[in-house]
Amino acid sequence: MMQIPCPWCGPREQQEFRCGGEAHIVRPADPAALDDAGWADYVFMRRNPRGIHRDMWNHVHGCRRWFYLARDTVTDQILAVYKVGEPPPEVDADAPGTAEPGR
Amino acid sequence: MPHYSIFTLARNALTGHDRWTEAWRSPPLKPHYDVVIVGGGGHGLATAYYLAKEHGITNVAVLEKGWIGGGNTGRNTTIVRSNYLYDESAGLYEHSLKLWEGLTRELNFNIMFSQRGVMNLAHDHHEARDLKRRVHANRLNGVDSEWLDRKAVLKFCPVLNGDPGIRYPVYGATLQRRAGVARHDAVAWGYARGADAAGVDIIQNCEVTGFTIDQGRIAGVETTRGVVKARKVGVVVAGHASVLAGMAGIRLPIETHPLQALVSEPLKPILHTVVMSNAVHAYCSQSDKGELVIGAGSDLYVSYAQRGGFNVIEETMTAIVEMFPIFSRVNMMRQWAGIVDICPDASPIIAKMPVAGLYFNCGWGTGGFKATPGSGHVFAHTIARDEPHPINAPFTLERFSSGALVAEHGAAAVAH
Repeated sequence: MMQIPCPWCGPREQQEFRCGGEAHIVRPADPAALDDAGWADYVFMRRNPRGIHRDMWNHVHGCRRWFYLARDTVTDQILAVYKVGEPPPEVDADAPGTAEPGR
Repeated sequence: MPHYSIFTLARNALTGHDRWTEAWRSPPLKPHYDVVIVGGGGHGLATAYYLAKEHGITNVAVLEKGWIGGGNTGRNTTIVRSNYLYDESAGLYEHSLKLWEGLTRELNFNIMFSQRGVMNLAHDHHEARDLKRRVHANRLNGVDSEWLDRKAVLKFCPVLNGDPGIRYPVYGATLQRRAGVARHDAVAWGYARGADAAGVDIIQNCEVTGFTIDQGRIAGVETTRGVVKARKVGVVVAGHASVLAGMAGIRLPIETHPLQALVSEPLKPILHTVVMSNAVHAYCSQSDKGELVIGAGSDLYVSYAQRGGFNVIEETMTAIVEMFPIFSRVNMMRQWAGIVDICPDASPIIAKMPVAGLYFNCGWGTGGFKATPGSGHVFAHTIARDEPHPINAPFTLERFSSGALVAEHGAAAVAH
């Protein structure tokens, strides 16, 4: 179980949050020009990495705001937390980032 | 392979049980195979078994990075049923259930298949309508299924909480009497023994680290024990499907999540059937050892850690205690998680891949155990003939671009 450092509220139990899935999936710039395979890639295909994953979280039982986590999916360790609109920080799975590590 | 029977048991009992032979060999890895199966869980072993038995392809290796049945095969809650809503799913899971019914005899290995029935509870009028619709759909597909009203539910399973004043009172349930449970380890061992006897090499502690692809066609696999050439490669690795697909340059619509389960201390027989509830997200049965086997919903974030969050356990136990107040003081002994490969439509992919000679069987998500025999059977057909069996023809990777999804989320009457 993780303790998640909400950028507005500080570290809280994971139970207060909802995971919104993979982050930084960009909506196609020209949807009308997209073929079926392109739509499938946008709607369904996921990176699902064994390693560093960036996902969206919502503090549903707190401030109800969205933010991003960079996590190691093998250890569930949280490597970085950043707000929407902020540039994604570089993370290295071997060197834990600025955030409180997950438990 | 020595035939197992009451006589072999008696003979070995008289000789102190020290003359049993190994159920399968541990052969050296050969440099070349006709077919390599990646993943030595139930589905992979069943695939190898049916390749040998039904298609005469015996120059086969099953490569397992850990040990046989040490992944999700040994981590599920052993429930077997086929009461899925859509025709495609009903066909696949019913095919499997029919194979389960003869499997102990087929494998000469007691898989302890127990058709004790599976009940899916409804807690309100709308859920009841939904489940009744599924009963009718099941019957039209030749899948046994019946509707029990509240009184019949409580008669069939008296330990359920019948208090109409609780948050989720029992309103009714569907019952599939042919459904039940099986001993999950025995399924892996039985298929391993059967495949081995037919000449399949089962290689444990051998992790696949890459594929050899020559001009768009599979040529072999790279492993921690060297390169193995193969004409065809079938990948059945559950939670790691995306990782293996990535090695072949293929993207899958799969996300890997932890799915938790737990068992209690052993009790005297108290629960003779399997009870599932979608609304409160919990299911429960009692093993032959007497332990309550309790399943939870999957954790909602991508993770390859076989662990999961305690909040899921807490929510599940809250639901179980409301459904069965009689279990409120039972101690839980063990908790674990398997990592499951969830498809957006909660249906598997059993299909040819864009690389010729490469086949994937994945995306079973939270409910693959029940499909073990059928999955192996149709996947072996797909590999041997290089075309899908009619039963798995709808379960392609291309359905995510064509739109022909088999959307079983919710429709399967189970919490995914």
